[in-house]
Amino acid sequence: MTVAELRGVTKRFGPVEALKGIDLDIPEGELLALLGPNGAGKTTAIGMMLGLRRPSSGTVKLFGLDPGDRRARSRCGVMLQESGVNQTLSVSELVNLFRAYYPNPMSADRAIALAGLEPEAKKPVAKLSGGQKQRLYYALAVAGDPEVIFLDEPTVGMDVESRRTFLESIKNFAGNGRTIVLTTHYLDEADELARRIVVVDRGLVVADGTPDFIKSKVAGRRVTFDSDRALTEADFEGLPRKRLEISGQRAKILTDQPEEILRALFQRGLAIKNLSVVGADLEEAFLALTAHDKAKAGESGAAEPDSSALEEVNR
Amino acid sequence: MSTRVVTRPSGMSVAPMSRMLGASLKARAQFYRRSPLFLVFSMVLPLMFYALFGTVFAPKSGAPEFFAYLLGSYGAYAVSSIMIFNIGIGVATARAQKIDVLQRATPLPGWVAIASEIVTAMGVAVVSLIPLFIFGAAYGHVQLSAARWLLLVVSLVFGALPVLGLGLAIGYGASANNAPALANLIYLPMSFLSGLFIPLAIMPDWIQKIGVWFPTYHYGQLAWNSVGQGKEEPLWAILWLIVWAAVLFGIAARFYRRDQTRKFA
Ligand SMILES: Nc1ncnc2c1ncn2[C@@H]1O[C@H](COP(=O)(O)OP(=O)(O)O)[C@@H](O)[C@H]1O
Ligand SMILES: [Mg+2]
Repeated sequence: MTVAELRGVTKRFGPVEALKGIDLDIPEGELLALLGPNGAGKTTAIGMMLGLRRPSSGTVKLFGLDPGDRRARSRCGVMLQESGVNQTLSVSELVNLFRAYYPNPMSADRAIALAGLEPEAKKPVAKLSGGQKQRLYYALAVAGDPEVIFLDEPTVGMDVESRRTFLESIKNFAGNGRTIVLTTHYLDEADELARRIVVVDRGLVVADGTPDFIKSKVAGRRVTFDSDRALTEADFEGLPRKRLEISGQRAKILTDQPEEILRALFQRGLAIKNLSVVGADLEEAFLALTAHDKAKAGESGAAEPDSSALEEVNR
Repeated sequence: MSTRVVTRPSGMSVAPMSRMLGASLKARAQFYRRSPLFLVFSMVLPLMFYALFGTVFAPKSGAPEFFAYLLGSYGAYAVSSIMIFNIGIGVATARAQKIDVLQRATPLPGWVAIASEIVTAMGVAVVSLIPLFIFGAAYGHVQLSAARWLLLVVSLVFGALPVLGLGLAIGYGASANNAPALANLIYLPMSFLSGLFIPLAIMPDWIQKIGVWFPTYHYGQLAWNSVGQGKEEPLWAILWLIVWAAVLFGIAARFYRRDQTRKFA
């Protein structure tokens, strides 16, 4: 059984092409993370699956039905990136309201417990903290005991600790063969939760695979140094690099094999000053994959165009 | 671990409509219970006007008739202010807080949320009439047959449909910031010119000449008619109200569609 299916989906918002042709199948039981930087099109893609947005072209199916179909929606729980609830109602009042929307809801107590909101059950929403509000939306997402939950950047506004317990709770809920579709711009979050990561950038799927596969494609180290002359791409010919930025005499390389690179560069007799080799943070590692810092690379005259970074990933 | 076979009790693929509607109404009631100011506002102001104006201007003879007339005026004022302010500001706020976006992603049909908002507003309107009626009967010695009391309530609730349309138009057309000001800007002059605040009989003629074009004028006439003091044939008043309701609901529907297209196209 396929939960959601996107075929050649594009979406324009006026001049903005938010999705440029997405094909995606989400089978039942999948734990899927849509990973991508801000503006990649994650929210738009989820909106399509839920029938919140109509594709400009292509088709979207939810449980084989039109995403607007109430029978399809009755099997889904959602946590949107931007949405609201009546602030005057209490947590348990809202959970009970949402339970009534679904044919076979779970008990209100269980939904509240899954979200870890027992102490706040009687509190009006207006009195909840940012993280507690996120957990309330999670409680509302699971209240209908859905087969699939869509979570659009669910951990935004949470501190490290509550983020961990929250992800734990999602994993438990998913454990019963339920389908999870989560968007995030943190690789570690996707890695922790998902069995499959789909990397989206600028409206396109740029990579699709297991977390290990995706991680093998991103660079773990950042090497920077200055030379005594202007550098060109030719200086780095054939080196195991994921991404290269050259700015005059300065080079920045994202790679998994910094030793290889340095050995080769020394052998080629290149002068190297101010060398630093550090672990690339996840954001940076991710940049290597999606080549998102185009503007920066462009203005500093990087020799490596974006397309080659993407090709490298797709290879 | 094997994948779970999702077992669904046979037959039920969507929640029963009655349950959705019931829960939505309950949530609206919980909202009103938690925001008593909403209630107080719609009850206290009309009652205050009624008491003040009735006491100050009541004639020596025929005071009960005067109080009955004012009951129509301030009843209409109370109900229409609920329709415009509670619905108008309520809907505009729900849009601003994106309550409708999350709702749209659930299986709840859109009309259920609106319908429950309207039904509870009507309930609140009826409740807001109670203190007015008690005051009119006890202090103003208003004496009406049971049929006329009932007619008054029915006229006040259903005669307010055009104003409900106006409330929805404001709710879907204006931002949450502008909705209260806009509601006041339209509603206050309109009610004044229609004689809901001060009886038309003691205001200059030209006021009525303008007022007659507004839905609230005919709404007032319908209410005064039900206490035996209207100047306009009820049938004409009803006709005016139907036309106004069609126009205002039409405008509300346009704004609604515009809002939906922006968010969900
Ligand atoms: N309603 C909208 N109107 C205009 N542009 C939009 C709208 N929604 C999204 N976009 C644009 O579409 C692109 C993708 O947005 P979004 O799907 O929200 O990305 P993400 O969720 O990955 O951050 C962005 O460039 C964004 O500015
Ligand atoms: Mg987003």
